[in-house]
Amino acid sequence: MGSDRPSGDEDGFVARLKSGDHAALETMVRDHGGRMLSVARRMLRDETEAQDAVQDAFVQAIRNIDKFEERSALSTWLHRITVNASLMALRKKKRKREDQLDEGAEEFSRYGTRLEKTDWREDVQPDEILERAQTREQVRAAIDGLPENYRIVLLLRDIEELDTETVADMLEMTPGAVKTRLHRARNALKKSLDPLFQEDGVGRTKE
Amino acid sequence: MNTRTDEDRPNPMGWLMATMSKLPGMMSCREADGFLHDYLDGTLPKRTRRVFEFHLWMCPDCRRYLDAYRKTIELGRKAFEDPEAPAGAVLPEEMVTAIVKATESGGKERP
Repeated sequence: MGSDRPSGDEDGFVARLKSGDHAALETMVRDHGGRMLSVARRMLRDETEAQDAVQDAFVQAIRNIDKFEERSALSTWLHRITVNASLMALRKKKRKREDQLDEGAEEFSRYGTRLEKTDWREDVQPDEILERAQTREQVRAAIDGLPENYRIVLLLRDIEELDTETVADMLEMTPGAVKTRLHRARNALKKSLDPLFQEDGVGRTKE
Repeated sequence: MNTRTDEDRPNPMGWLMATMSKLPGMMSCREADGFLHDYLDGTLPKRTRRVFEFHLWMCPDCRRYLDAYRKTIELGRKAFEDPEAPAGAVLPEEMVTAIVKATESGGKERP
């Protein structure tokens, strides 16, 4: 499986895609579909919806393959299309949780000092925490538990690693608004991760 | 866990912090918080960055917050990595077939 193209040289391959070569299409699906499915799963948290979004993404990609300029990698382009397809699927769904836009906004006294003091152990690093069973699940659950508009910005910026301008375009917000919302999302996530890092939360092995 | 100060009481220390933060070269925790995002992105202008770093040097609360904030970002990123499948999911074969079919027909069919 996989064609004979040299790694890094996509030009011949892309040309074949643009000309409607079926074998090239199937290769593209096999080479990139897995990664795209992971992206859609993170965003949609529902397997059927994630698979539908990936299918939609590929249909979009083929429809617009002429617009693909080979300045960026095919995987980057497909990643962007997948994120967009997932966002569209999200918009169609009615979310149960109301957006709590003010969550985490009251953190400072009128003197400008921090009202809540962080009490995380400073010697414990994320990699250590992640080695424990269930921590990954706990963190994912914490992210899933965020208000939807926080969750999306956090996913797009910190996990999908899209830049601020791109996210602003996708969400029809200003870059400044994206930064503020991301900051609040991270703060909300930090709070929900308190049990993992606080003094008495560390050092217990979970069986 | 509620460590709020009682804001109705006179708070000389708080007043002192607020006053000092208005001096040139100083900032309050609230202002520093506003610069966190850009600081981590490396896009703070040099002068602002110096004032920010000076605030961190002086303020253990913000130092601890920054440490936790960084760890939060890192945890978020790594939480979705799957050490058993570093390259991501594998597309089920039925999906490959369905997608090839859907793209060839212009996307009108869906199983």
